[in-house]
Amino acid sequence: MSIPKEKLLWMYQTMVKSRYYEELLVEAYSEGKKPVFNIGAGPVPGEMHLSNGQEPAAVGICAHLTEDDTVASPHRPHHHAIAKGVDLKRMTAEIFGKVTGLGKGKGGHMHLFDPAVKFSCGGIVAAGIPQAAGAALAAKQKGKDWVAVAFIGEGAVNAGAFHESMNLAALWKLPLIVVVEDNSWGISVPKTASTAIFSNDKRATAYDNTKGYYVKDNDPMEMYMASQEAVERARRGEGPSIIEIETYRFLGHFQGDPELYREKDEVPALLTKDPIEKLKNHLINEELATENELEQLENEAKHDVDVAFEYARQSEYPLPESALQDVFC
Amino acid sequence: MQTTKRMLTGNKAMAEAIAQEMERDPSVFVLGEDVGKYGGIFGATQGLLEKFGEERIKDTPISETAFIGAAIGAAADGMKPIVELMFVDFFGVCMDQIYNHMAKIPYMSGGSVKLPMVLMTGVGGGYSDAAQHSQTLYATFAHLPGMKVVAPSTPYDLKGMMTSAIRDENPVVFMFHKTLQGLGWMDQVEESVGEVPEESYLVPLGKAKVVREGKDVTIVGIQMMTHQATAAAKILEEKGISAEVIDIRSLVPLDKEAILSSVRKTHRLVVVDEDYLSFGFTSEIAAIVAEEALYELEAPIKRLAIPDVPIPYSRDLEKYVIPNAQKIADAVVKLMEE
Repeated sequence: MSIPKEKLLWMYQTMVKSRYYEELLVEAYSEGKKPVFNIGAGPVPGEMHLSNGQEPAAVGICAHLTEDDTVASPHRPHHHAIAKGVDLKRMTAEIFGKVTGLGKGKGGHMHLFDPAVKFSCGGIVAAGIPQAAGAALAAKQKGKDWVAVAFIGEGAVNAGAFHESMNLAALWKLPLIVVVEDNSWGISVPKTASTAIFSNDKRATAYDNTKGYYVKDNDPMEMYMASQEAVERARRGEGPSIIEIETYRFLGHFQGDPELYREKDEVPALLTKDPIEKLKNHLINEELATENELEQLENEAKHDVDVAFEYARQSEYPLPESALQDVFC
Repeated sequence: MQTTKRMLTGNKAMAEAIAQEMERDPSVFVLGEDVGKYGGIFGATQGLLEKFGEERIKDTPISETAFIGAAIGAAADGMKPIVELMFVDFFGVCMDQIYNHMAKIPYMSGGSVKLPMVLMTGVGGGYSDAAQHSQTLYATFAHLPGMKVVAPSTPYDLKGMMTSAIRDENPVVFMFHKTLQGLGWMDQVEESVGEVPEESYLVPLGKAKVVREGKDVTIVGIQMMTHQATAAAKILEEKGISAEVIDIRSLVPLDKEAILSSVRKTHRLVVVDEDYLSFGFTSEIAAIVAEEALYELEAPIKRLAIPDVPIPYSRDLEKYVIPNAQKIADAVVKLMEE
């Protein structure tokens, strides 16, 4: 089974877009926070969880999804949102707290909702899994072959919501795929100190109708292949899957994290295994694209991001009294 | 000529509303523990499995986080789930989905995500089920923004407000009082049976009801406490005191005007609750009247509620902490002497 060239190029371009997006966000987030870091200061206040290095998890599965499929993402959502096709301008405006944002400035970076592409995210660990199971249930009840994907970190598999939801999804054979992004760290606690199983795909054996997949080395192409199988069996009504991908967190848990718990050489070592470079080398070595063609894709991606940031910066802040709206419809 | 009234128990009134809405709208479905063959532990889904089958009346595992979360996900995707939390006391195992997600997603999305769902749940004590199965927790839910919270007290309102709740585009916490369901295995309470029209009808959410007019004192009640207040009003009538009784019916939205206009007429206020006293429904009503109609009052406001203890098991202990008609009547008599 080989991966179609256009899918590989889409994955490459989307990873570049996500990476560049977060590079700009690092800059924007740091504005107003120097020389003294104050989490509430600057044009982008509040917590900021970035996904640099984790892009393969997002693109490998979103390459198989359409607008009718649901994605529920956790507190580290940008790569998933970008891969799912969330409106980049309105997403960025939301992160800047602007009235043109997806939530009119009421959600922020952890609470992005774009119903047009069925994307949501939330700040409570593991809480998106039952909601994705509900979207999968809705698809089944409507007689559609739509699927729902819940992205979680490896720390979330130890929450009750994961186990309750897997049992329910297996019992009802729901088209649910849980993607576990194992970046090794639950804030400062390593997986080895939190999780009584090496790889969480093995937890699939606990339930009937459920399959587990493990993707090592943060490989976008392996992620694509595993996801293809999981999505296809979900669309056929064969039940849920758990895909665990070994991925890399290049940055801290959140911006401002001193990361004293990490060995000094960990991140430099991870950076030598950058998945974007890996895919780029593959595309060139296999003669699927030239340097020039890839550069053009990169420029397109960066242009979209630049436009989104410009839109966000130019947008107005919401009227303070609009805080009272949207509790009920 | 007298036509025969069609009488239903509370649970059958609820089940009829759900059935009629399920017939009307294919996106309505029910999920929860024992809602299928059993028909709901408190009978709210009685007969629905036979009518609509397992795809739309779904028994769930004992996984409240998973199935309430699933209801949220399904509602976001255009379905209209009715999800049952068997006893409100069980909210502890799933409150994250309720208050961090169901109640906040519409707001955090700037209104772009709607969650047209009903979370129905059994509340109330009075039958020695002790501290983990007897609470009402009205105020716990009403305190948190983003959920409509209703508590009907008659079969007529149970049906009409359930129909409104299902058609509402917002999440609605629909609290039904176990003893007012009219179940054969509980105390037979007269008010658990009432006239219910067969055709579908709506009772609006957020409208209180004056269930008895009076001129000397206003008694605001909720669910079972409304019925106790009405019984108290009869006792008071014999003493020459005319009490007006208001059934609040809905906590969110709250019909402030109904309370204020009654107080402007009677100039005295008693609030009765089957929830805890402090920081609760009685405090809220008292605060509103103090803020907006203080100078209408001829006596201090009196509050009756569970005196800040867990609900005890033994019959006399439980009776001691839950307000009843006599206690309400005694409080009113004392108030009239102020």
